[in-house]
Amino acid sequence: MIEVQDLTKSYGSVTAVDHVSFTVNKGEILGFLGPNGAGKTTTMRILTGYMPATSGTARVAGFDVFRESMEVRRRIGYLPENPPLYPDMTVETYLDFVARIKNVPAERRPARIDDALRKTNLEDRRSELIKRLSRGYKQRVGIAQALVHDPDVIILDEPTVGLDPKQIIEVRNLIKGLAGNHTIILSTHILPEVSMTCDRVVIINKGKIAAVDTPQNLTSQLKGGQKIHIETEAPEKLLRDVLSQIPGASRVVIEPARAGSRQTVTVEAAQGNDIRSQVAAKIVEHGWPLYELHGVSLSLEDIFLELTTDDAAHAQSSS
Amino acid sequence: MGSLYAIYRKEMGHYFVSPIAYIFIGLFLILTAFFFNVILSEVIKQSFQMEMQGMRFGAPSDFDVPAAVMRNFFGILSTLVLFFTPILTMSVYAEERKRGTMELLMTSPVSELEIVLGKYLASLSLFALMLLPTASYMIFMCLRSDPRPPWSMLAAGYAGVLLLGGSLLALGSFVSSLTENQLIAAVITFAASLFIWVLDIGRSTDSGGGAVLQYLSVIRHYEDFTRGVIDTSNLIYYASFIVLFVFLTVRSVDSMRWRRA
Repeated sequence: MIEVQDLTKSYGSVTAVDHVSFTVNKGEILGFLGPNGAGKTTTMRILTGYMPATSGTARVAGFDVFRESMEVRRRIGYLPENPPLYPDMTVETYLDFVARIKNVPAERRPARIDDALRKTNLEDRRSELIKRLSRGYKQRVGIAQALVHDPDVIILDEPTVGLDPKQIIEVRNLIKGLAGNHTIILSTHILPEVSMTCDRVVIINKGKIAAVDTPQNLTSQLKGGQKIHIETEAPEKLLRDVLSQIPGASRVVIEPARAGSRQTVTVEAAQGNDIRSQVAAKIVEHGWPLYELHGVSLSLEDIFLELTTDDAAHAQSSS
Repeated sequence: MGSLYAIYRKEMGHYFVSPIAYIFIGLFLILTAFFFNVILSEVIKQSFQMEMQGMRFGAPSDFDVPAAVMRNFFGILSTLVLFFTPILTMSVYAEERKRGTMELLMTSPVSELEIVLGKYLASLSLFALMLLPTASYMIFMCLRSDPRPPWSMLAAGYAGVLLLGGSLLALGSFVSSLTENQLIAAVITFAASLFIWVLDIGRSTDSGGGAVLQYLSVIRHYEDFTRGVIDTSNLIYYASFIVLFVFLTVRSVDSMRWRRA
């Protein structure tokens, strides 16, 4: 549905997007993950036809975003970083305006507006002025605006910014519900969002793609080693010696007790060694109470930090 | 065409849902009513003096009161237009850019020409609505005059104001498309309007350059209309002025894509 080839955008001497290539299949949700200023917004703006690329090509539904911009724009719903709202309009007149400029035929307009209002849970606010709505509702009107013409492709730039936790869950469910019929690209710097909603993730940093994969693959691929989290009560020095002697254990970090005499211990082990049973056995052997023991898998957050800081360190050493 | 109408409707809605339209129309009405009153009483006073002088020298006066009032009134209108149009156009693009709604328009299947024309026609409509009530003063005066002046004189006057205003609105829209700051847009539009206004100071010079400057001045082409004359050369001047600035605005809106956002 979306094919991006060697896309580059420079502003003078600054390269915001640097030879980015990726594809998105029909019905897929692609997450764009990266720190602020990584080039997420710029890439999205090129895809929507808001600005031209310096070089490279991007095609949406087979149409070139620059040369066949009108065809692309007809097929895209776009929520920019700041929802593009007219404060003096009511929710309904605003959606009607958007439907008109998106070429929705008159006879289909009322149904499309109702559908967008229903999907974004705005039915009871339809005749309210946009300027009187709270931040969360404004964001929803922004999303409704991107849906109103039933586009093939929906591009959402930070759709959950400014929402409260309950609304965030609603929006994520809404996005998941839209997949299948629509192809969706969303950008975020919130990591759990990606693992919860997206089929695939593009991690972008400093205009370059650092990784493209499913959230699951990224997590397992970069797992590297195993981490075990233990809560127990034992003399610190002895505990450290005992745990370090377990074959395969590479690092033991003991955090002193916060309340009472329980300690939190993290044991790291090399990949492929499951040392959980051995740890448990050792602790029980010494007669220490074992309150908790569980393996910690590397979260997307760790992967993200690893990828982006690695890259930064690399860039620094090379310059 | 549908998108052009949608943009036009949106702009008109913006004028009339917010207090903008009411404030503009109301203030314009108060000012024009005041000036009409002053002009009418002054012209009548003048005509009495002429009449008296005529009687003293035995020659009948042929002072045309309605024509004099119209000429003065349309003169005042043109000055008011100079002050009102920059405020009318300052937010046309500046506000849209500031709010981020330009991003919506430019990622929708709407051409730049449709955006620009929709907005321009809306500002022109509001301007025409501002002028409309002032016609009642003129119609009232004409109905009460004997002999009644021809309606074509009135029509020519209003055609002139519309063309003059339309030109300055086109200029103002162009300036508004260049900046995100409304105040800057208003000040530059006012200064630019004033400049092409006073180009006609070249009137006194008889050199070739003076004649060119005289031709370029917006107000110079207006005077014929106030006398009830519709001259094709004046129509062509205003039409070219409007087309030029609408075209420049389209180019400027298009160029927003290429600038750093």
